[in-house]
Amino acid sequence: MTELQAGQEARPLEVPRIDARPQRYRDVLIALAAFAALALLPMIFGSKSLLDFVIRCSAYGLFATSLNLLVGYTGLISFGHGMFFGLGAYGFGLMMQKTGVPIPVAFVATLVITMVVAGVIGAICVRLKEIYFAFVTLAFQMLIHSTILSWQSLTGGDQGLRGGIPRPPFLGIDLSNHLHLYIMSCALLVIGLLLMRQIAQSPFGYTLRMIRDNATRASFIGIDVWRAKLTIFVLAALFASAGGMIMALFVSGAYPEFAYWTISGEGIFINMLGGVTTFLGPMVGTVLLLILNDTVTRLTEYHGIVLGIVILFFAIGLRKGLMDFVVEWIAQRREKAGG
Amino acid sequence: MDLDALAGCLASPACLVTQTTSGLIIGMLLFLVAVGLTLIFGVLKVVNFSHGAFYMFGAYFAMTAYQLTGSFALAMLCGAAGTALLGLIFERAFMSRVYGADVLMQLLVCYAFVLIFDDVVRMIWGPEFKSMGMPSAFQVPPLFIAGGVVPPYYLLLIGVALVAAVILGLGLARSRIGKVIRAAAHNPGMVSALGINTGLIYGGVFALGGMLAGLAGALAAPVRSLTPGMGFSVLIESFIVTVIGGMGSILGALIGALLIGLIRSFGSLGFPLFTEGLMYLFMVIVLVSRPTGLFGKEVA
Repeated sequence: MTELQAGQEARPLEVPRIDARPQRYRDVLIALAAFAALALLPMIFGSKSLLDFVIRCSAYGLFATSLNLLVGYTGLISFGHGMFFGLGAYGFGLMMQKTGVPIPVAFVATLVITMVVAGVIGAICVRLKEIYFAFVTLAFQMLIHSTILSWQSLTGGDQGLRGGIPRPPFLGIDLSNHLHLYIMSCALLVIGLLLMRQIAQSPFGYTLRMIRDNATRASFIGIDVWRAKLTIFVLAALFASAGGMIMALFVSGAYPEFAYWTISGEGIFINMLGGVTTFLGPMVGTVLLLILNDTVTRLTEYHGIVLGIVILFFAIGLRKGLMDFVVEWIAQRREKAGG
Repeated sequence: MDLDALAGCLASPACLVTQTTSGLIIGMLLFLVAVGLTLIFGVLKVVNFSHGAFYMFGAYFAMTAYQLTGSFALAMLCGAAGTALLGLIFERAFMSRVYGADVLMQLLVCYAFVLIFDDVVRMIWGPEFKSMGMPSAFQVPPLFIAGGVVPPYYLLLIGVALVAAVILGLGLARSRIGKVIRAAAHNPGMVSALGINTGLIYGGVFALGGMLAGLAGALAAPVRSLTPGMGFSVLIESFIVTVIGGMGSILGALIGALLIGLIRSFGSLGFPLFTEGLMYLFMVIVLVSRPTGLFGKEVA
């Protein structure tokens, strides 16, 4: 092909104009529709176990999706994200047991505590590269776990926070009512997802993707990489903490397992299972893992082996998550259809 | 906090000797695990998150061999050789598939094996705590050094770990194989172009790392209780050791392990509830002042 021919075929470059507003309206509409569907669910299927399942999905879903903000969007592989899940559960539970403040106050106060703790831990961790970051976050997770175990007078040690979490009604919402708790969890999930979606699609979200792809370049064009990483670390911690609070409300207590490293491992696995390239991948992963866990636990006591083999299948066999797979498949079909 | 106890111990030679020995055995066991971790990281550029499992298998292999044969030497040999073989198989069959893939995949493969190995141990040996028991050769009255009690087995443990450290250090620095391994760590493509089988080196290094962890487990079996999942806390601590010492540095692993061992043994006197916290605190201080560890090199 000569230069002339090439020139004839060349078209002016189309610069896509991105207007964030239509997308935002679309996201809000989807969120409202999802919430409506979840809220109507109890009227159609009244089974308690299904509602329990959705509540657990909300708790883990918030946790896993917030982890994806770190892993998928920023390239920060945190292996200690579960500490904020545990922190949320314990912070909220203790606040309700010891002070007796209204639930919304305890909720906000726990978020503030999480913010401070995540700020301190994050300031130390985000300076480190990949594998160091992964293991130092893991080390902090174990520190929090061992603190919970050894501070028996406050946390109840390995017995966990027992005696139930008081749930005084507020604004006409009574969380000791199972249906109210269900609606509340769904609302928190949908609001949390919507907020995280806004973060991911904002200019800040695109800064994070840039840091993931090339941190050196990002810092050369004047982005304060450390600050951006710390910001998303703290933000992600807040959502994980909210997930932990749902869990604490659901089981009416808090247990050291909530802060154990396996929670973080499961979070990473959920992300892998669902895929990190789509926003809702972790949510899909959450549902899959919970179903998998429930089935396997029912069938065998050795559920580590089964889970491990499934992980190996995804990590070595597929090399990507389920949603990544679906997205690629759709893209391929479109390509074929297009010519 | 019990600072008086700590000060009292530091003033008495007997207590000093006892606490230092117990610090040294914690440190030496950690060193054997951590040095394998750091070696594998240095050459293969992966962090073997399932390294604790090799420690666990070493202990269980040693216990079974001891129960079958009654020979302590054979038990140690079985612990080390069994885990070396396991390491080789694990590397060739699974880990070699995720080199070059992102860290997430490597972590996940290892995470899968942590789950699988723990359950395998639970299946074979059962979930309850097991104990190997002190071999009869070491059931002798303890030595008294400056009034402090030192069981002879501790001396053997420290000696074996030290010998392993010296052999490893000299072997890597002086021998031909050591040079090839260092070259492979530095530039695997070039080493491979010179006609050296890098796959074999990778497998060998992984087997060596697994063997050291297995040896640590076997040495620990007479003095600690055996349980599925025992590897994980060792893994976390040896990771802290490598972070403090610097990833990829053998000397760093030794110094880091001894420091952690001493912090644990003396910390348990002064801060009984916060011993683990002290370790993390120390790690944080090192990381903030030297992000690559005490003996780590700047990596790009």
